[in-house]
Amino acid sequence: MTAPDGADHALHLLRQMLRIRRFEERCVELYSRSAIRGFLHLGIGEEACAVGVMEALGPEDAVVATYREHGHALARGISMRATMAELEGKLEGTSRGRGGSMHIFDAATRFYGGNAIVGGGLPLAVGLALADHLQGRPHVTACFFGDGAVAEGEFHESMNLAALWHLPVLFCCENNLYAMGTAIGLAQSETDLSLKAASYRMPSWDVDGMDVAAVEDGARLACEAIRDGGGPHFLEMRTYRFRAHSMYDSDRYRDKDEIERWKERDPITALSTALGATGALDEGDLDRMESEIDAEIDDAIAFAEAGSLEAVSDLERFVTSEPGPREGR
Amino acid sequence: MSVITYREAMREAIRDALVRDDRVFLMGEDVGRYGGCYAVSLGLLEEFGHERIRDAPLSESAFVGAGIGAALGGMRPIVEIMTVNFSLLALDQIMNNAATLLYMSGGQFSVPIVIRMTTGAGRQLAAQHSHSLEGWYTHIPGLRVLAPATIDDARGMLWPSLCDPDPVLVFENGALYNVEGELTETGAVDITSAAVRRRGDDVTIIAYGGTLRTALGAAEVLADEGVAAEVVDLRSLRPLDTGTILASVGRTHRAVVVDEGWRSGSLSAEIACRITEEAFYDLDAPVARVCSAEVPMPYAKHLEDAALPQPEKVVDAVRRLEA
Repeated sequence: MTAPDGADHALHLLRQMLRIRRFEERCVELYSRSAIRGFLHLGIGEEACAVGVMEALGPEDAVVATYREHGHALARGISMRATMAELEGKLEGTSRGRGGSMHIFDAATRFYGGNAIVGGGLPLAVGLALADHLQGRPHVTACFFGDGAVAEGEFHESMNLAALWHLPVLFCCENNLYAMGTAIGLAQSETDLSLKAASYRMPSWDVDGMDVAAVEDGARLACEAIRDGGGPHFLEMRTYRFRAHSMYDSDRYRDKDEIERWKERDPITALSTALGATGALDEGDLDRMESEIDAEIDDAIAFAEAGSLEAVSDLERFVTSEPGPREGR
Repeated sequence: MSVITYREAMREAIRDALVRDDRVFLMGEDVGRYGGCYAVSLGLLEEFGHERIRDAPLSESAFVGAGIGAALGGMRPIVEIMTVNFSLLALDQIMNNAATLLYMSGGQFSVPIVIRMTTGAGRQLAAQHSHSLEGWYTHIPGLRVLAPATIDDARGMLWPSLCDPDPVLVFENGALYNVEGELTETGAVDITSAAVRRRGDDVTIIAYGGTLRTALGAAEVLADEGVAAEVVDLRSLRPLDTGTILASVGRTHRAVVVDEGWRSGSLSAEIACRITEEAFYDLDAPVARVCSAEVPMPYAKHLEDAALPQPEKVVDAVRRLEA
């Protein structure tokens, strides 16, 4: 466990991870009583990846995430209320209830999804970075994807294009060792993913994805290098999801002992224990943090459940743009 | 008025857009140093530089997706795909991203991209470079699909397409690039409506892109036989200007659809269906279709000619309706 700089910052990281963890645990309950439907992919165990990378980004940077993106949305600063309302299919949701769990979007934070075609978000990230390059803006586009995406052609095409054109993309690979139910060793002839980045002459870091400070440090170094004109960078975060791929998954393909071993490296427990050891966090502090987060989640659920359903008469809105000025950014 | 080729008209349209708007850039395989695989962009690299005329590697999915991302990021990209058959390598990006992002994001993110590509046969390029798959793209909500068939449309459709906040696909029939004609409009043209290219009262021939010339050729032959054919150029394949089609059929009471795509599950089927849904009682005969033979396009010239809609096939179809 790397010690984050400053106790206040460490407590902030802990709070962010805990918000995601508790939010998703409540999502499971809501799913059980059918308030949330469709696919629900939980990132429980992987919170350090989303939180660590987001800490390295500025408000003008862009984010392209995957379908396992509740944590990324919350860590990016998208309101928990709007996120929960989206999961409940409400008009007040981030995407008016059009997207659900897999398609959270937010223009205010430059959060470009919520992309549910594995690998399909990478070309978008390259293009967002190209737009920044062409317009002379010093921004970074952080693109999240899993080890599964590494097998897709779009990964290789995008890595090549970003490197060839020296574009400001931070490729964030959340390597949780499984592409849905297929272990990385059964899907990749070369399981050392940094070698793939190297083949595109792209600098890469691999970091302990269960250590939020390590992720943040790696992401900060990479973002600094990118902003200094260093071109795209590849950040591999070695992580693990503690729960099944989605609510439909009976998790037959993983060894229970393996799951338990990874749980011993829980990023939240690791950080709270480390903070406890330094005296920066006592049990009372943690209880207070937990109850504040519970209250935030209660509020988000109440907001979602009081939300409205989009009128069916609006079903065809936004297939194409409505008249009036609209500018991408 | 000046006489130019379809290729030159398209090049002028791209040049004009690059001059008008700093956000516009052209990206695709061999658009720069090579000058475009059909020489549409010849000379533009020298004029605008490699940042705005970007040669992309053979990565259709990545550079089309990058165009979509750049559009999200405030640019107005023109992405060129060499030929419609190659666009299938980018279909994920076109369908799952370009066409869906606005809706899926609840109206937050529009995708103002223009994707141009060559379509059609007639140049003995065989079964991986010759198909007319634009009809597939007309199936997808969220896309505008255009088929410039004339010099004026080649020159005028691009700018309004770039002004559209949503994705526009422009299909350029490869057989048209060398066609010369008078440029009568140097400004933007309407991209929402069909156009009546020849007036007539006896039958409506509906065509677009490469088949417009086929339809006009057939109309000439029919005129000699005393049959006045009206020729409708669809121009916009999605959305379809059903009003112009129905108004014409309402007068002529007969319709033949000419489509270089295959017949089964096709754009021609959609048009025939709309006519029967909305103008059934105006018809004096069933709607007829002249499409490509349902074969992968063959190389040998006599076979390729046999596979494609030809004026005489259209004439035969009209004669059968008149019988």
